[in-house]
Amino acid sequence: MAWTIYISFAGALVAALLPKGKPDAARWWALAVSVTGLTLGVAGFASGMGQGRVVLVDAPWVPSMGIHYLLAADGISRVLVLLTGIAAVAGVLFSWNIELRTNQFFAFYLALIGGVYGVFLSGDLFLLFVFYEIAIVPKYFLIAIWGSTRREYGAMKLALYSFVGSAMVLIGLLAAYTASGSHSTALVDLAHANLPVHMQMWLFPLVFVGFGILAGMWPFHTWAPTGHVAAPTAASMLLAGVVMKLGAYGCLRVGIGLFPHGLDPWGFSFIGLGSWRDVFAWLAVIGIVYGALVALAQTDFKFVIGYSSVSHMGFVLLGLMTLNQIGLDGAVLQMFSHGVIAGLLFAIVGRVVYDRTHTRQLSELETMHLSRRLPFAAWAFVVAGIASMGLPGFSGFVAEFQVLVGAWRANPVWTVASGIGIIVGVAYTWRAMQKAFFSDALPTAHELEREHAHVFAPITWPEIAGVVLLGSCTLAVGLYPRILLDSIEPAVRALLAGGAQ
Amino acid sequence: MNYAALFRATLPETALEIAALLVIVIDLGFLRKAAAQARIAAAAVVGVAGCAAALCAVSIAGPYNFGDAVLLAAGGSAGVAQVAILILTALTLLLFVGSTFTRHPGEYVSVVLMAAAGGLIISAAQDLLVIFVGLELLSLGLYILTAFAKKSGRSAESAIKYYLFGGMSAAFLLFGFSYLYGISGSTYLPTVIYRANDAAFSGGAPLLLIALVMIAAGLGFKIAAVPFHFWAPDTYEGAPAPAAAFIASVSKVASFALLISISRTALAYLQILMQNTHTTGRVYLTAGVTGPPIRSVFTVYYGWYLILIVLAVASMVLGNLAALAQSSVRRLLAYSAIAHAGYILLGLAFFDWGSRSAQAVLYYIVTYGLTTIGAFGVVGVVERATGSDNFDSFLGLQKRNPILAAVLLVLFLSLAGIPPLVGFWAKFNLFAAVLGMYGGNLSAGPAAPLILVALAIAMSAVSLYYYLQVLKRAYVMPAADESPIRVHSVTLAVLIAIAAAVLALGCFPALLQNWIASLYA
Repeated sequence: MAWTIYISFAGALVAALLPKGKPDAARWWALAVSVTGLTLGVAGFASGMGQGRVVLVDAPWVPSMGIHYLLAADGISRVLVLLTGIAAVAGVLFSWNIELRTNQFFAFYLALIGGVYGVFLSGDLFLLFVFYEIAIVPKYFLIAIWGSTRREYGAMKLALYSFVGSAMVLIGLLAAYTASGSHSTALVDLAHANLPVHMQMWLFPLVFVGFGILAGMWPFHTWAPTGHVAAPTAASMLLAGVVMKLGAYGCLRVGIGLFPHGLDPWGFSFIGLGSWRDVFAWLAVIGIVYGALVALAQTDFKFVIGYSSVSHMGFVLLGLMTLNQIGLDGAVLQMFSHGVIAGLLFAIVGRVVYDRTHTRQLSELETMHLSRRLPFAAWAFVVAGIASMGLPGFSGFVAEFQVLVGAWRANPVWTVASGIGIIVGVAYTWRAMQKAFFSDALPTAHELEREHAHVFAPITWPEIAGVVLLGSCTLAVGLYPRILLDSIEPAVRALLAGGAQ
Repeated sequence: MNYAALFRATLPETALEIAALLVIVIDLGFLRKAAAQARIAAAAVVGVAGCAAALCAVSIAGPYNFGDAVLLAAGGSAGVAQVAILILTALTLLLFVGSTFTRHPGEYVSVVLMAAAGGLIISAAQDLLVIFVGLELLSLGLYILTAFAKKSGRSAESAIKYYLFGGMSAAFLLFGFSYLYGISGSTYLPTVIYRANDAAFSGGAPLLLIALVMIAAGLGFKIAAVPFHFWAPDTYEGAPAPAAAFIASVSKVASFALLISISRTALAYLQILMQNTHTTGRVYLTAGVTGPPIRSVFTVYYGWYLILIVLAVASMVLGNLAALAQSSVRRLLAYSAIAHAGYILLGLAFFDWGSRSAQAVLYYIVTYGLTTIGAFGVVGVVERATGSDNFDSFLGLQKRNPILAAVLLVLFLSLAGIPPLVGFWAKFNLFAAVLGMYGGNLSAGPAAPLILVALAIAMSAVSLYYYLQVLKRAYVMPAADESPIRVHSVTLAVLIAIAAAVLALGCFPALLQNWIASLYA
């Protein structure tokens, strides 16, 4: 599985050196690299079934400081590597029509993928941080160069938010490293370093917020909608699909895994909040409800999906704060599920619809009668929308249900409050679906005339392949969640036993 | 006086001086009629050969003792700094090839070599007078280099500003040194520190504090620490690009090496004192903060520590915030240099008496020097092609010269501290050394180092914004003029080598770290 990282970086280098005039070569190259990555991810996932944590590579990197190049995979990592592979392949398929500086686009794209694989496989905090930062720069350029609405603003905002978050993580990393005195930055060693509780009390929120910024935690989520809207389709698929998961994964692996006592009660309570756990759980709940409500009010189709990401990522953070088996299982499953579903939604909005209609305003889409003119897009969106609403049969249902059960066990009020978010979620998805694809009004003569004058380009094979790939993933996991849960459960159990409480 | 030993100890400096004379003889004697570019190439080659010879001599040269006193040290921080100075000087000389700002290449190269010799002296010096002489040799060279583009008004203006500030700061430094001499009756650094402490104990503290402030002003000027930084933006902007690269790298390395040797000498004395008084536990330069009784004894350290902290914080904050407002890449690099000096000063303020801090500071300054030479190399090329170093002259660089743009990307991201480039590793190493001061016990010692490191990291998050402003123009925004930029092949080779080194040292940080550690063994 370690080769997923190397192949992506090598692929990025080769893509950068490919001749400029041949976009097709760059496309096929990127597809080949990402499919190889996915194959390795699937192989690693399959062979890792039933195994616990496996160390893949362990070589001394900076001996004088005890830093190792340590790659390790457990059930959580394997699931997320699988997700990254799927999102990477789908992203390449949906950016098949990039004509501007194609080779550079795929170079940055593959570098980002390599960094993401690296974070999920790092067994050393320092290494994890390095890969985490590597992912920032390609994100910036992908959005700033190939993006659309206010791209430079969105890209810079995203880069600075990420960098501020990682600065907080770096402070935590340095403090934990020096305070542990173990002269090792391996996650296992730091978790066993028995850091004093009062240190964990401030290290935990520092690191959790640092990573949480990238996970779209309210109120630090504001980069997400602007970034998603500005990004080109593939980049917004990756942003929502895997980059936000980097943040959530960091919260889980570093925040909860290394500083479990940071979640202990403070010993006093302030407006009903008695620990950092309460604080972050309420932030997650607010994120769920707020994201859904704001999505309901958007006029731009992509903003709807952007805010829905904030809402769905709230479930991941809420699941983490339940600190029980089922809640954390749900959180990890939700990372996978949201990665696939959000990828599908962004692909439909950004590639299938926008690249043909050249507008994302719901009011304008309403007059275009897309259900008739782009039936493929309409039905794909229906499937994705249903999955996103959390109807049974799709992955979103299993994941959010588990999170809610876990939250009920921890604090029923959280469940009730986030239930509002789910109801609003049905409403905004329905509204967007209705407005964009299934408007009631019959076409006027003028509109019919315009339709004949401007026929949409036919759906291409990469789009169909991408939709089928992502759709079948969410359906497969929804129908048979054990496929992932068998891998997630033991890893979560080990994490809870070794870390939390 | 043992002249044979003195000759052996100053072999590297001698090699540089001989090369400096040789350059002038060859240039004026044999090549007067040759084409300008041939003269430049010949002068640069001789200069680089001189650096190579000096590099060999560094390994042969030993310390120079006068009586019991070690006037010129060898190995350790002096060894690292000298090797770095020579390599960086050679790189700036290679960047000189292909430039057009002067018709007197012989003089230029020979002044560079003499200034580098001054740098070698101050990084090894252990005596106040030797320090001052070396510093002046370096500074005078830099003033001349700044003014070397005779046809450019900005070059002359910045040189006169640099010279006036420099002269004043040299006066401050000498004034401070004279106080120290008055207090201690010696110019030998260890003796000065030893007797100054005695004097501080018996009521001489105010005088000592004045001396320290004067010295901090003199040395703060060399490293462009706030509030002694006013020369830096103007000089970086006005000086010819290779000269600016030299000022930003070699002169910085030498000045920080000097600060390291001062700190180390002070700590060596402190260590002896603490062992004699049977005090347990590790005590550092910051010992003064642990309690009032010790504070009265260690006024020298406490004062020095406070001064360094103030300079560090002011430099980090002001350098980074002022850089946000720049529209000229050279001025941006100047303010970023001020910010980097702030980070390094933090490492010097929290200095342990093992060699860890010294190694971390050296690692930082050497890799920073390397990166900044490359950055000035790129700026120089772009400037020659577009006539300006404004942000907008970098528009569409990835189309006009993809390799140059890639080099710029690597170097600026390294300056911003993005892994896996060397700038990130240098910062991590330095901050880890600062936090490691209290044996890693963050809760036992004062929380000050942690807060200051947090400030430094927050400030480096700010720095990403202005570095991205330049990269945005190179990569994102469309070119106003799409004609390709041609680069001299030597310049291109140097820039690619620097970018490759920045990447390789970032991926394998242990390489350089082990080498530095080996010189301390």
